[in-house]
Amino acid sequence: MTQLALVIDLNVCVGCHACVTICKAWNTSGWAGPMTDQRPYDRDPTGTFFNRVQTFEVGTYPNTETVHFPKSCLHCEEPPCVPVCPTGASYKREEDGIVLVDYDKCIGCKYCSWACPYGAREIDEKQRVMKKCTLCVDRIYDQSLPEAERKPACVLACPTSARLFGDVHDPDSHVSVMIREEGGYPLMPEWGTKPANHYLPRRKTRLRIHEDELLRADNPLKKEGQLPAPSGDEQTLDDITSW
Amino acid sequence: MHPALSVILLTTLLGVGQGLFLALYTGQLYSVARLLEHQDSQTFYAVGSALALAFLAAGLIASFFHLGHPERAWRSIACWRTSWLSREVIVLPLVMLLVFLYGLFHYLEWTTPLFTVAGTLPVDATLIIGALATLATFALFICTAMIYASIRFLQEWHSALTVINFTLLGGASGFMLAAAFSAFIGVHLVGFYATWAVILTLAALLTRGASLLRNHRLRPRSTLQSAIGVRHTTIRQIAQGAMGGSFNTREFFHHQPGRVIRMARAGFLVLVFPLPILLLGAAWGLSSEVLPLLAFLTQYLGLLIERWYFFVEARHPQNLYYQSIA
Ligand code: SF4
Ligand code: SF4
Repeated sequence: MTQLALVIDLNVCVGCHACVTICKAWNTSGWAGPMTDQRPYDRDPTGTFFNRVQTFEVGTYPNTETVHFPKSCLHCEEPPCVPVCPTGASYKREEDGIVLVDYDKCIGCKYCSWACPYGAREIDEKQRVMKKCTLCVDRIYDQSLPEAERKPACVLACPTSARLFGDVHDPDSHVSVMIREEGGYPLMPEWGTKPANHYLPRRKTRLRIHEDELLRADNPLKKEGQLPAPSGDEQTLDDITSW
Repeated sequence: MHPALSVILLTTLLGVGQGLFLALYTGQLYSVARLLEHQDSQTFYAVGSALALAFLAAGLIASFFHLGHPERAWRSIACWRTSWLSREVIVLPLVMLLVFLYGLFHYLEWTTPLFTVAGTLPVDATLIIGALATLATFALFICTAMIYASIRFLQEWHSALTVINFTLLGGASGFMLAAAFSAFIGVHLVGFYATWAVILTLAALLTRGASLLRNHRLRPRSTLQSAIGVRHTTIRQIAQGAMGGSFNTREFFHHQPGRVIRMARAGFLVLVFPLPILLLGAAWGLSSEVLPLLAFLTQYLGLLIERWYFFVEARHPQNLYYQSIA
């Protein structure tokens, strides 16, 4: 069975919000749209988004690290949001594991949003139906697009390639290899929702230098300078050992 | 969670309606067993059923205000296999229908016994409809409460106590109303209903107290560490991806200061439990006709606050992602 998903690399995400912007642009003008806003150019602007980039600070100054954290529907393999829906508007596709909302059936009761521990669903205050990431289901199968562009809009927009897209059930797919080899993890594993989307942790490349590599152990007097050239008739190490 | 007025009204009004019907039927059972005097079908049972039906209908109307698309509400019967909300949508009209039939049969006085059990117990149509309606009423209590109790992320709600509380509190308020109704139309059932109302209220005090205690001791299962998957004791949110708030900050936060919450808790603990009991006691002492009504109104007001607190009390794990704006 196929389970399409995103793998988000927190090691390279720079928090530029390009994925948020392209997501809104693509989806507000496409099959899922419009995604309405309230007071977009006024005080306290708010609106419907499928994807948000949040920022966290880890540690205490000066030992802090900034983590940019893109968050969207994780297309859980055991989606708790689906069985609670009274109308069947929320469903998980058999063929590719994408969790979708049928906007023509949704009654806007918001029950599914209560049942998502990640806060991935947002009601469209104007259309009064529940909305969430569709994994660009209207792009990824579109035969009129060149093969390379049949990916979610956010994946194409990310300038640092922090967003990877593929089938996490295929053990040889790029996303599966990355999850396996780069320590990919799911969010809030304690609830057993089995999110399909995974996150790759921050990874540090560290040079291991030992003390005695910095200090010249063969120079006990710490006299720096050019060593005198060997006099020529002296024996060298090669002359006295046979190795 | 954000306490939505529509849901507060829905759950409390349904509780009163269901409780009142149960009170009427309990009265009928007692009178069939000759433990209580017989009541008039039309003025007591039919009018009482109409009153219960009015509360149920008011609850139903309140529920529509919670929906974004009330005109599509009929669709919500589709997923009764998995969704408690769907089950509630099916059972509520069923309860209303059965209560309506119960009232109608009493109104038309179709109460000639159909058969007699063990030679002494005459069974008429209202007794059978009432038994079915009682089953449906309990099913509705379970459905309504399970909507909340079945969400495992809301640890404060995810407990059998939620179902027990909804049932006992609904029952208490219904019997309270039955006492007020009996006093108002002047039948001699005030003492009977008041006694049951006190018993149910005291039982509800125990179970609601238990859930308050349980929630006080709860430790959230999710942490900021598991939410973003970073192992560090100090994590602070800097931005949540929106400046002017979002659905997530509106639906899952109550934005109430601790002072208001503590006042609400103290308020409902007084209004729902001791005060109505004292008023009923005073009504008994003074043989008053209005005090039982006052007791009911006091308890209902308290229940509104109790339901408000029920929502405010619940902490959703998604809130971990929405701790700070700037
Ligand atoms: S992230 Fe939330 S909305 Fe998406 S599938 Fe999982 S539970 Fe459902
Ligand atoms: S808001 Fe829509 S999708 Fe969500 S549970 Fe209600 S009907 Fe289903």
